[in-house]
Amino acid sequence: MSGHDSKYFSTTKKGEIPELKDELNSQYKDKKKDAVKKVIAAMTVGKDVSSLFTDVVNCMQTDNLELKKLVYLYLINYAKSQPDLAILAVNTFVKDSQDPNPLIRALAVRTMGCIRVDKITEYLCDPLQRCLKDDDPYVRKTAAICVAKLYDINAELVEDRGFLETLKDLISDSNPMVVANAVAALAEIQENSSRTIFEITSHTLFKLLAALNECTEWGQVFILDALSKYKASDARDAENIVERVTPRLQHANCAVVLSAVKVILQQMELITSTDVVRNLCKKMAPPLVTLLSAEPEIQYVALRNINLIVQRRPTILAHEIKVFFCKYNDPIYVKMEKLEIMIKLASDRNIDQVLLEFKEYATEVDVDFVRKAVRAIGRCAIKLERAAERCISVLLELIKIKVNYVVQEAIIVIKDIFRRYPNTYESIIATLCESLDTLDEPEAKASMIWIIGEYAERIDNADELLESFLETFPEEPAQVQLQLLTATVKLFLKKPTEGPQQMIQVVLNNATQETDNPDLRDRAYIYWRLLSTDPEAAKDVVLAEKPVISDDSNQLDPSLLDELLANIATLASVYHKPPDAFVSRVKPAVQRPEDEEEFPDGLDAGPSELSATETEINASPARGPSNVPHVPTKAVPTAAAPPPAPVPDLLGDLIGLDNALVPVDQPTVGSGPPLPVLLASSAGQGLQINGQLIRRDGQIFYSFKFENNSLTPLDGFMIQFNKNSFGLAAGGALQVPPLQPGSSANTLLPMVLFQNISPGPANTLLQVAVKNNQQPVWYFNDNVPFEVFFTEDGRMERATFLETWKSLPDSHEIVRDLPNSFISNMDATLEKLAGANLFFIAKRPLRDTNQEVIYFSAKLPRNIPILVEITVLVGRPGVKCAIKTPNPDMGPLFFEALEALLK
Amino acid sequence: MPVAASAIYFLNLRGDVLINRLYRDDVGGNMVDAFRTHIMQTKELGTCPVRQIGGCSFLYMRISNVYIVIVVSSNANAACALKFVVEAVALFKSYFGGAFDEDAIRNNFVLIYELLDEIMDFGYPQNLSPEILKLYITQEGVRSPFSSKQPDKPVPNATLQVTGAVGWRREGLVYKKNEVFLDIVESVNLLMSSKGSVLRCDVTGKILMKCFLSGMPDLKLGLNDKIGLEKESQIKARPTKSGKTIELDDVTFHQCVNLTRFNSEKTVSFVPPDGEFELMKYRITEGVNLPFRVLPSIKELGRTRMEVNVKVKSVFGAKMFALGVVVKVPVPKQTAKTNFQVTTGRAKYNAAIDCLVWKIRKFPGQTESTISAEVELISTMVEKKAWTRPPIQMEFQVPMFTASGLRVRFLKVWEKSGYNTVEWVRYITRAGSYEIRC
Repeated sequence: MSGHDSKYFSTTKKGEIPELKDELNSQYKDKKKDAVKKVIAAMTVGKDVSSLFTDVVNCMQTDNLELKKLVYLYLINYAKSQPDLAILAVNTFVKDSQDPNPLIRALAVRTMGCIRVDKITEYLCDPLQRCLKDDDPYVRKTAAICVAKLYDINAELVEDRGFLETLKDLISDSNPMVVANAVAALAEIQENSSRTIFEITSHTLFKLLAALNECTEWGQVFILDALSKYKASDARDAENIVERVTPRLQHANCAVVLSAVKVILQQMELITSTDVVRNLCKKMAPPLVTLLSAEPEIQYVALRNINLIVQRRPTILAHEIKVFFCKYNDPIYVKMEKLEIMIKLASDRNIDQVLLEFKEYATEVDVDFVRKAVRAIGRCAIKLERAAERCISVLLELIKIKVNYVVQEAIIVIKDIFRRYPNTYESIIATLCESLDTLDEPEAKASMIWIIGEYAERIDNADELLESFLETFPEEPAQVQLQLLTATVKLFLKKPTEGPQQMIQVVLNNATQETDNPDLRDRAYIYWRLLSTDPEAAKDVVLAEKPVISDDSNQLDPSLLDELLANIATLASVYHKPPDAFVSRVKPAVQRPEDEEEFPDGLDAGPSELSATETEINASPARGPSNVPHVPTKAVPTAAAPPPAPVPDLLGDLIGLDNALVPVDQPTVGSGPPLPVLLASSAGQGLQINGQLIRRDGQIFYSFKFENNSLTPLDGFMIQFNKNSFGLAAGGALQVPPLQPGSSANTLLPMVLFQNISPGPANTLLQVAVKNNQQPVWYFNDNVPFEVFFTEDGRMERATFLETWKSLPDSHEIVRDLPNSFISNMDATLEKLAGANLFFIAKRPLRDTNQEVIYFSAKLPRNIPILVEITVLVGRPGVKCAIKTPNPDMGPLFFEALEALLK
Repeated sequence: MPVAASAIYFLNLRGDVLINRLYRDDVGGNMVDAFRTHIMQTKELGTCPVRQIGGCSFLYMRISNVYIVIVVSSNANAACALKFVVEAVALFKSYFGGAFDEDAIRNNFVLIYELLDEIMDFGYPQNLSPEILKLYITQEGVRSPFSSKQPDKPVPNATLQVTGAVGWRREGLVYKKNEVFLDIVESVNLLMSSKGSVLRCDVTGKILMKCFLSGMPDLKLGLNDKIGLEKESQIKARPTKSGKTIELDDVTFHQCVNLTRFNSEKTVSFVPPDGEFELMKYRITEGVNLPFRVLPSIKELGRTRMEVNVKVKSVFGAKMFALGVVVKVPVPKQTAKTNFQVTTGRAKYNAAIDCLVWKIRKFPGQTESTISAEVELISTMVEKKAWTRPPIQMEFQVPMFTASGLRVRFLKVWEKSGYNTVEWVRYITRAGSYEIRC
């Protein structure tokens, strides 16, 4: 029964286009139709057939529905490139939208909505209006989607023509598919609007739940997705919804199941009865497991979602770990995700079984999978204290197989296990040392060296072992060099004999003189100085007890997890990233600077002193999935956030300086009104930044409050400002102590002016970037309050004022009405303005009115005066303001500031 | 947002575009190039079915020699998008008579465009039921009266049926003989350790239905599952006949089944689509009857010889038999020579998959059969990485046997004209992934 369309692809003769043109204008219907098919075939393979536009459109007036559809398809693709010609099609569209056949009416309105040409959009309105109220549900359901299309092209038009109201009416339509499409359209419009357009009320809720039972599987997805945004009023309300949604879990369509799970999980947060919650968890488990018998691609989406779900509700699948065992023929992406979930579900009860599985996987063929399996064993050891010993014995068995990458991976995880359970399993070090020669990956090498350094006193030939690495010191990657440096220092401190002393000389020489790497050099200098001034202090610092690391298999922080759970089944839940992290089209309110490059010598750029301090803290084997810093130097308290202290000039100075860290004057942070939020906790993975520019004691400061709502400690904060109109830049380092989860810190950052001035008209936009060692760089925008630039010495004598006023040409005078500003109490206002360094000069009543004219002066840095004349009727809104200044560009900014002050 | 796609592409294995349909303006027409250069031409292919490149996300599936790629730029519903692809392929197959590959697509591209226009609007999936779509979207090959002779006559009620509550069945069907065929198809998945302990074992079953029924019949299906039976005996207030009952871990239903009713009454009631469809899927993990036991013993004798012994026992009823039994016994890559004896069937060494493939056409119940082989290996100079033994894999099908023990108790058909129906039931169990580690 199959067709023979492939012949339309095969015409590749010369002069094809003219030939097609002839055929399109043929009087024979069949020939015409064949020609259009050839055009579509050419279009598909990427040939440009836009020159045939007129000829194709001429075929549109036809009784043949198939031909008509092809022409429409052509129109959708090319109308945009031929907007003037596209208008030719309008008549037929309008006519078709009134055709007696509902299929044609719907087709017309569906296609018109896809043609994104402004001129056509206007003509779309009337047919759309009609079709939204069509008798035939098929037409109505098509028209409903068309409203969303139109909104995407021209939102204003949709609102002006009242389509939104009509669309909302469709939620009460008798046909479930119309309801579903209307819901989808409204949800999309809401997503792209900052106003509230579509909100589910208890009334619509009832209608949606009713339609849920009857509409197509896809319609159920639309409705469930909309329901997941509904906030139930109380536990009973939530239980009601859940009760109506639960049957959907039995649907054969995985999208319906996942959307139902999303709704249930959202509403469960409100349900207080533990019985109900337990029951729901029990009901959700089987459908989730069943998703794993779908196509592998769908399994992948399901597994990524299950990963999120078990983080919030571990009980749901606690007993189902077996279904996540990998099948030999599972695609690699499914295996990897299953492994991740197995780690999350591993418990004391099932660990033996899980370990057997991991061991099996560690002998498979795919290297990445094997590595991940080995790592999984280590993560289980860290997570489950009682199983740690069994995990280690499995790792040792694997090491004995002597497969190179297995051994290396095992050593990396064993180092973590040592960190987690200090002084427990050191007996296995001897076995590890056997594989020393086979290590060739930096991470494994670094880990092994760390182990040797850490346990130098128990390894008889630790010095020999380390020495064997030293020969190649200059060629090693930075990671290994740093570890070697630290390990040698540890060895020396533990065994201060001749051998180690010589070694340390070699290492320090190498690390300070032979290297280009500032991280390595800085660390070497710190050690050197410590060792030469106070070896006991060096011991306290280098051999300090390290904080115990914890299991990282529940990595997502709660606020992100919340957001992702609200987005189950969507791409966000697959990527484990919030939607605004990968969707470029955001609501107009949120804007992030796209042009990161503009940041002068930036945060991410190569070896600057910034990145040096960063690695100092996070140095050595801090690796991929675990965010735990494993670093010995972590314990160095003073090194945590060194201000850009003067680095003493090399060797000579090293000795005799007992405290090189210069204390920096830090102004105290005043308490004042709460600072505005610059970076919301939800956007900053738990980091919240509040801040404002203020002026204090004749200097500009950025007053910040940093709040850590994430699960990990944050440290190593740094800040950078983009070019701006005033050349504002940091006048010192950002002083933020390491923030433990749940803590916050206030700080004042001194600011300097005229550093990197952006060209163009002056504006108050200030783009700020903040980074720390644990998170990506955060960008946010702030508005500079212009009044912070008014200097304290801005007061003028009356005479000087008059003189200056006269000396400035009239072209430098700017006048502006500020209708929203008013002065209710003259004295209070004057005081307030004086507080902002806007100084009162004189006042006079305006003849024949009750108005008064007040004169002020202010001064900007670099001695730019601003002379101000304000005309006002006290107690009435509306202020007229005139200013004269040599720098009239600043006018608008001044008015903005004045408006803010006179609120 | 429940949007599933901004654009959909069909590509052949070389990356040539076979079909492209843009539904939204937010992705550029050249996004398919990004897919080609960043996924198809790299090792990425096959490592992850959902990928982000630039501002766009790509979700893709390979079906025979065709890639279907969905491109989106918003936070689309990924589950919906992939399921849409699966369903769309099923729809195309139903139109093309079973095949879905590059040739079929090229030969039906006009039809595919027409369908793509119909089944998705602005990225939102619409009705994908083949049954209904065939009412008004007809094939070019078949000269339907609708497409050429009477172009203006609308198909009666087509639009109502697309959007209707029973959007999968058309009205006015008439059959002389009213028949229903039920096929219970189970695939049994097993993962057994080398020591013979069951690591994972489950049965995924589906009930396939072929309906040739007139009018708008209401059907009700009864199975021997525990919950359904308990509910029934509650309602009837008397215990139903005892017999073996089974516990279904999970069931999912075709969209025709009334889920609310299933939830409250535990009965499977539905108005079936016409023709063939998958009524339900179920999963069972407890009390699975394994049809075969496999006892492997593989001994590596030094570096160049191996001894392989695999005994297979059938443990289903003696009157039944399994068909198409295949046992794949893995051997190392450097296998040079194999010698084997089998008690039944035939075996040969397949170097392409590094397996001894042992085939038995008919395997009666309650019997056993053995393969014993000697394998000689090439001794390589390179230091040998230990042979990672893949599992032994088995294929088979056992007619009239269900690994779950599921039985159809009744199928009631009710239609207002009150005709009689004939019901046929078949059972078959196949091997899913039946693996024994060795």
